[in-house]
Amino acid sequence: MIKNIICVSCPMGCPITVELSDSGEVINVTGNTCPRGKAYAITECTAPTRMLTSTVKVNGGRTAMVPVKTSKPIPKGMMFDIMKEINSVEVNSPVAIGQVIIENVLDTGADVIATNED
Amino acid sequence: MLNYDLAVIGGGPAGMAAALEAKENGVEKIIILERAATLGGILEQCIHAGFGLHYFKEELSGPEYAYRFIEKVKATDIDVKVDTMVLTIEEGNKITATNNVDGLIEISAKAIVLAMGCRERPRGAINIAGSRCSGIMTAGTAQKYVNIDGYMPGHKIVILGSGDIGLIMARRMSLEGAKVQMVCELQPYSNGLTRNIVQCLDDMGIPLKLSCTVVATHGKERLEGVTIADVDEKLCPIPGTERFVECDTLLLSIGLIPENELTRMAGIDLDRVTNGAVVDEYRQTSKEGVFACGNVLQVHDLVDYVTIESKLAGKGAAKYIKGESEKGEYIETQGINGVRYIVPQKINSKTDDDVNLYFRVGSVYKGAKIVVTCGDKVILSKKRPRMCPSEMETVTIKKDVIESIPAGEKLTVRVEE
Repeated sequence: MIKNIICVSCPMGCPITVELSDSGEVINVTGNTCPRGKAYAITECTAPTRMLTSTVKVNGGRTAMVPVKTSKPIPKGMMFDIMKEINSVEVNSPVAIGQVIIENVLDTGADVIATNED
Repeated sequence: MLNYDLAVIGGGPAGMAAALEAKENGVEKIIILERAATLGGILEQCIHAGFGLHYFKEELSGPEYAYRFIEKVKATDIDVKVDTMVLTIEEGNKITATNNVDGLIEISAKAIVLAMGCRERPRGAINIAGSRCSGIMTAGTAQKYVNIDGYMPGHKIVILGSGDIGLIMARRMSLEGAKVQMVCELQPYSNGLTRNIVQCLDDMGIPLKLSCTVVATHGKERLEGVTIADVDEKLCPIPGTERFVECDTLLLSIGLIPENELTRMAGIDLDRVTNGAVVDEYRQTSKEGVFACGNVLQVHDLVDYVTIESKLAGKGAAKYIKGESEKGEYIETQGINGVRYIVPQKINSKTDDDVNLYFRVGSVYKGAKIVVTCGDKVILSKKRPRMCPSEMETVTIKKDVIESIPAGEKLTVRVEE
């Protein structure tokens, strides 16, 4: 299988082509102009991750919502499942910045933490 | 009348960094005047990550980036007035402001830092035909509705303009369950950062339509759809390419305008390309003792650069207040041949440090060179693998080079293909 991706390691935005075997292993990487591009392409094709940010409802706070993020990047494919978890919880004011809102969300090893106080 | 050494107008990242830097450089009485209810500016609603990679060498969300500065301001004796609107700046650095607690406030300051930020270009700026139904708003307005107020402004979305706020909102609305139909961009290239195209559009499977615009909106009470059309190389819609796209919400991400009403009122010279003040290397405007920094001066891609610029303004204000400003001739900077503007527009020939020139190019270049000249002399020439209008460029001019420039000469920056 051939996958075309754009590298985001720097502003160059190199178009990279990754050749994958049927089992998903990387066979060849072309189009990158530096080693960082190759590393990015391999991660992106084998186990892509993303930082997820969203908001959680606050009761009695200064604003209606408090912003949250995952404490580390989570598998890209789990973004929508984790969004469901995030949207199913509410917190009471006061919320401190860095406060854990959901521990080890969906067993990813990442916590959902507040990124502001409210 | 309240007396201060330094009054900072705006408590976003620019204002806070300028005030803190002035404090660190020995300025005693400082006040920050902020229109909103809290410090932090627009970062409060920018809940996505990606801030601070340059300045803090770690990836923070907007509120986290702001929080670091808010805590620092709180730890100093800098006065802060929130919910406070500055109405005028008059001769002799006299500021009139108002709020619910103090009523009318008059402040006299030895120096002023303008850090009012920018606002989004609205629908009226591009004259899209159609009625004034609900469902048409700027991307930043939608961002506030979703991230601060906690409700969705719509479910089927078209975004016009590929500015970063539009791209960020495309992902945000998708994550919250909306269907983002497409992002239309008038130009043949994207106006957002590459990483935002990949992580906001490609991740969510949202098509980016280049050389395409919205020519009409439909719906009486609520938006029901838009007509889009391809545009030619003169950016004019091509007859016969119109097609209908169903949506209940149109988000506009079509550019930012520095908020320079106060600057204009104070009679300060503005640059017609940046729509910000004309400044020197410490971001002093044409009016002595008045400085400008952050998005009110030039629209930045990254808050990290706002912080760096604002520290310069804070340092410059401190030097001015202490009577330590350089007294030399000004050397003008000039962008030609693909370089649209340069900040700073002038440099003091007796400056005490190297000077970074910040600028943007007018179109996409691959493998071109940036050449800085003074008269016939080439000062520096640097190869850039890729340059585009959405990413700010910078070159550093050494202090000894600046000192060697003859009076009356200009520093010229151009693109050489």
